[in-house]
Amino acid sequence: MRLADTLGFAWQVVRGSPGRTLLILLAMGIGVAAVVAVSSIGEGARLYVVNQFGSLGTHLVIVLPGRSETAGSMPGVLIGKTPRDLTLEDALALKRSPAVRRLAPLIVGAGDVRVGARSRETPVLGSTAELMDIRHMEMAQGQFLPPGDPRHSQPVCVVGAKVAAELFGARRALGEWLRIGDRRFRVVGVLASQGESLGFNTDEIVIVPLAAAQALFNTEALFRVLVEAKSREQIAYAQSDIEEILRERHDGKREVTVVTQDAVLATFDRILRALTLAVGGLAAISLAVAGILIMNVMLISVTQRRHEIGLLKALGATGLNIRLIFLSEAVLLALGGAALGLTVGKLGQLFIGQLFPSIPFTAPWWAVIAAPLTAIATAVLFSVAPARRAARLDPVRALSKR
Amino acid sequence: MIRLSGIERVFRVGEEEVHALRGVNLEIARGEYLSLMGPSGSGKSTLLNVIGLLDRPNAGRYALDGRDVTGLDDDALSRVRREKIGFVFQFFHLVARLTAEQNIELPMVLAGIDPAERRTRLARLLAEYGLEARARHRPDQLSGGQCQRVAIARAMSMRPTVILADEPTGNLDRHTGQEVMAVLEGVHHAGGTVMVVTHDGEIGARAHRRLRMVDGAIVSDERGAGGGHGGT
Repeated sequence: MRLADTLGFAWQVVRGSPGRTLLILLAMGIGVAAVVAVSSIGEGARLYVVNQFGSLGTHLVIVLPGRSETAGSMPGVLIGKTPRDLTLEDALALKRSPAVRRLAPLIVGAGDVRVGARSRETPVLGSTAELMDIRHMEMAQGQFLPPGDPRHSQPVCVVGAKVAAELFGARRALGEWLRIGDRRFRVVGVLASQGESLGFNTDEIVIVPLAAAQALFNTEALFRVLVEAKSREQIAYAQSDIEEILRERHDGKREVTVVTQDAVLATFDRILRALTLAVGGLAAISLAVAGILIMNVMLISVTQRRHEIGLLKALGATGLNIRLIFLSEAVLLALGGAALGLTVGKLGQLFIGQLFPSIPFTAPWWAVIAAPLTAIATAVLFSVAPARRAARLDPVRALSKR
Repeated sequence: MIRLSGIERVFRVGEEEVHALRGVNLEIARGEYLSLMGPSGSGKSTLLNVIGLLDRPNAGRYALDGRDVTGLDDDALSRVRREKIGFVFQFFHLVARLTAEQNIELPMVLAGIDPAERRTRLARLLAEYGLEARARHRPDQLSGGQCQRVAIARAMSMRPTVILADEPTGNLDRHTGQEVMAVLEGVHHAGGTVMVVTHDGEIGARAHRRLRMVDGAIVSDERGAGGGHGGT
């Protein structure tokens, strides 16, 4: 029997019982659609997180004081001295590395910010003009901190949108003075509302020049240094340069921890990828259920079509012919179900995309390939038994029973 | 052409053994027109199934066109069957969802014959059995006589060595039955070998060679112009 004829015959059967066909298409379609939709949600979440990290600064390297070690706890305590602080001079020395584009030293503290009778406790960041570019901050009004030598400070500050609203009310904050502790700062800029990003709500902070923060909190120690590498490829060089320069300046001791954004990102990436795979796998169980449904329907079909199978054998069909007819029937149904499922899954993905436009829902390529393949594989697998049973029917008995 | 010798067929029904065929010897020559009669349970259908390679004897030899087909496996039997045997059944056994022409084409499809060749043969068969106007009708849109003509055309599509008809008129009124017999006799006139199993004495009498079975054995084998109809 020719392949085209086998498929044609199976097609006639599939068309001949629309109710049964619809049922199987539905089961297969739901399975495939579930895999596509669920995995595209997972993939969307992953891409969303990756993008969020990207918004922090694309080639970010973070320098933290203190050595984080897996072996031995707090060596400084044991020898009776803490690691040396990370200072502004350390930070400025990092500019020697050719892989570093720019950097922003950071001091963080809490300050009592007052305007007239209003007062508010807010996080106060001390940094330099470069922070704006490194953290991709945007201004609603005015300007960011002025560039210049970070060792000297001007009495200016930049405030978050919420802080400005709470302290100045309806009044325009720009150009006004506020007081932090015993120092006065003129507001030169108001940050655009950006919401939370990696630990800080930029709406609720006040940023002052680094030297001013040093004086305010009476410390030389930097909270951390944010370094931007010149390119993605330069991140590794920047990291080793930073470690090298700081070891030199700290008498050969490694007293800092250098974290690349890539490392953090890769971890998140891995976790979310695994999650997507897991939920996709769960959805694939529905494909197995659909496969069992196909098997049931096929077994019933063999019983119902005893006559026809007996007749085909009487007309000269071999066992192989019969098996192929049943298998191609299953493959046709699975193909139809897969096409239906991919369409519905894609529509579902577009629909969720409309609901949450900020999350980039896309079905990962492996799901788009694996789901229909699994559908066809289960359909074939679960049709083997019914097809064998059909092929083994004794034509005399199949024809005689009415 | 067909040579059966010492054919035994035993069915096991529960504890009992039923001898459907007891040492049947039979030779059929090309172009013969036979009828096979006998009471229910005498083994007519079993013999027909053995000749049609649908059933295997428990003992004895069967040679078809000079080839011993006794020991062939299922698939080999299927291939021989589709080349050499044409079946016509009492209940037509047409596939309900296929049109008349698709039903006629079925054996050729199963045999993997080229579509162009199939179309040529199909056109000839439709013309020969007066089915051109009904080619695209489904069985439920055809009369009993038309259904049986489709079945005969189907049986003839592979130009078989022998046409085996099991009660071909059993499901038809008398007049239509006569018509169908005329069609089968037409096959015989064209040189085909036809064997008809029937309960109907009148139908059986039309054949030129009349076999009678009782209890799994052939008890009489008469030859001669049958019943005054369509002699050669």
